[in-house]
Amino acid sequence: MKVDDVCTRVRAKNAGPFRLTIDCFCASVGDWQRLLDGLSAERVGQALGAGAGTVTRHELAELRVIKFSLPRPGVQGALGDRDQHGAQWALVIVALNLDVQLVAPG
Amino acid sequence: MVNSDETRNTPPDEPYRTRVLVPSGVLGLGFDREALARGVRMAPDIIAIDGGSTDSGPWYLGTGSSKYSRAVITGEWCELLDARHTAGVPLVIGSAGTCGTDRQVDELVRISREWAVRRAVPLRIATIRSEQRAGTLLERHAGGALSGLSSDAPSNEALARALSECTHIVALAGAEAFTEALATGADVVIAGRATDTALIAALPLARLGADGLGNASAGTGTGTGTAPRTDPADGEAYRLAAGAAWHAAKIAECGALCSTGPGSGVILVDIDRDGFSVRALADEARCTPFTVSAHMLYENADPNVLVEPGGRLDVSRARYRALDERTVRVTGSSWRPDPRYTLKLEGARPLGHQCSSLVLVREPRYVQRIDEWCELLEQRIRADVERHLEVDPDSVTLELRRIGVDATLGALEFERGAPVEVGILLIVTAPDADIALDVARLANPSMLHLPLPDDEAMPSFAFPWSPAETVRGALYGFCLDHVVEVSHPTELLRIHSEWVMP
Repeated sequence: MKVDDVCTRVRAKNAGPFRLTIDCFCASVGDWQRLLDGLSAERVGQALGAGAGTVTRHELAELRVIKFSLPRPGVQGALGDRDQHGAQWALVIVALNLDVQLVAPG
Repeated sequence: MVNSDETRNTPPDEPYRTRVLVPSGVLGLGFDREALARGVRMAPDIIAIDGGSTDSGPWYLGTGSSKYSRAVITGEWCELLDARHTAGVPLVIGSAGTCGTDRQVDELVRISREWAVRRAVPLRIATIRSEQRAGTLLERHAGGALSGLSSDAPSNEALARALSECTHIVALAGAEAFTEALATGADVVIAGRATDTALIAALPLARLGADGLGNASAGTGTGTGTAPRTDPADGEAYRLAAGAAWHAAKIAECGALCSTGPGSGVILVDIDRDGFSVRALADEARCTPFTVSAHMLYENADPNVLVEPGGRLDVSRARYRALDERTVRVTGSSWRPDPRYTLKLEGARPLGHQCSSLVLVREPRYVQRIDEWCELLEQRIRADVERHLEVDPDSVTLELRRIGVDATLGALEFERGAPVEVGILLIVTAPDADIALDVARLANPSMLHLPLPDDEAMPSFAFPWSPAETVRGALYGFCLDHVVEVSHPTELLRIHSEWVMP
């Protein structure tokens, strides 16, 4: 099961030139819980090359949103930056597999 | 027609209400004209719009330029001056011309003066200039007034160097600067870089008065009085009232992005001492508890806290309630004053000069072996740089981005398709412009004709342009992630007002 399977929308955006924030929107409480269980701050950090302990996860149950904030993978606009607004990094998160143990029925 | 009712949803403490009309998330992005006219008829106390951000990258600050078309900015600003004239209330803009440098403030002043002459309308214009001199900040830095916002902020020495190398530095003005500018009786306030929220929060905050309780006699429109720094010991009533003003400002700062019709632009917020209500004014747009509360997430690293000069907004106890199908009432947000008053700094410095070149590879044999070809191409260009140019090869950076393969995500790309064609974008970064151009020219024959080892001697690929090279000019980089502590909110800002008498 991928992040894409439990989210209706994943949005990435600069939070200033030095940080990136990623909002994962779920349609149901069940999906939100699956995302909560299956996508840690560490996973997001590994996927986007952020150092250990630099990713913050915010759990917003009422909105059925999980938000990750991290140092931007490269300062906005600096040499080598590929995406000034940081929006396309959402796709890396969308494609991640959730860390779930699938239990066979019966 | 829900919006035809112009009195509904008025909060119970009407005398304390400040009605702010926000035409759009940023000047230059367009707005729904019918919705704006509707907002003007609804008797706002002020019209407020943001003019910029760092969103589009460091070049705009580095060069002091605006991102949007001059024609569009002029047209939209004149429409807003007309709306202001009809409504008879102040019009406020912050972060003029994307980057908010002094020159961009001057540009909007020029457009405003021309409008006043053309319409034969006297206009009092107040300006807030927030551009900073490196020398001033270096002195403050030596006195320990600058502090980094992240753990990997540069050392003192590196920070001093960065300050010296910046072509432009701006400080983000807070609400007090707008209050002071409005207190001159200004019809129009044009500010350089400011926080997106300050221009919206300023008037309701000024009306709260320095005693921490609402001051109904503050009236509407201009004449808000002076704006001393609010005493942090004002108590819970003040914290909730100020929290409502700041939270309303955060929700409205991107215009209709807090609604179901983000492209329509126009938003109206009614701010009182207990909370605020927000509604979208375009026919197709609705504010719902979800769209409004979700907007607090936008561009903000912490969904519950928004840091501003002089304190922070805490929305962790905010409640969102639908008043009708397009209006949301928000209560419970709180403002926590900070004992230090700081202004965030933004600076951009040149990091070299760039030249780019684009070649299109459509030949299937090469598309299939594009990794190998790009590797050969890079080796060839590097070898040629070493052979022909009298520069330190390490001072020249070559990037070959493969459009159609992984140009967007680079090493983070996780999918591999079978593209029909691949664009090879060469980006050269060098210490000066002549070297960058010469390296790109030196690369041209290889980009045009380089064969795979087992292929015909001289294939030819497609260049879309002549000349093949595009001179990109200087590359700029953001280099300040710092705040400067000040003893008064407007200490590093310059506020000025003038009459234009046609």
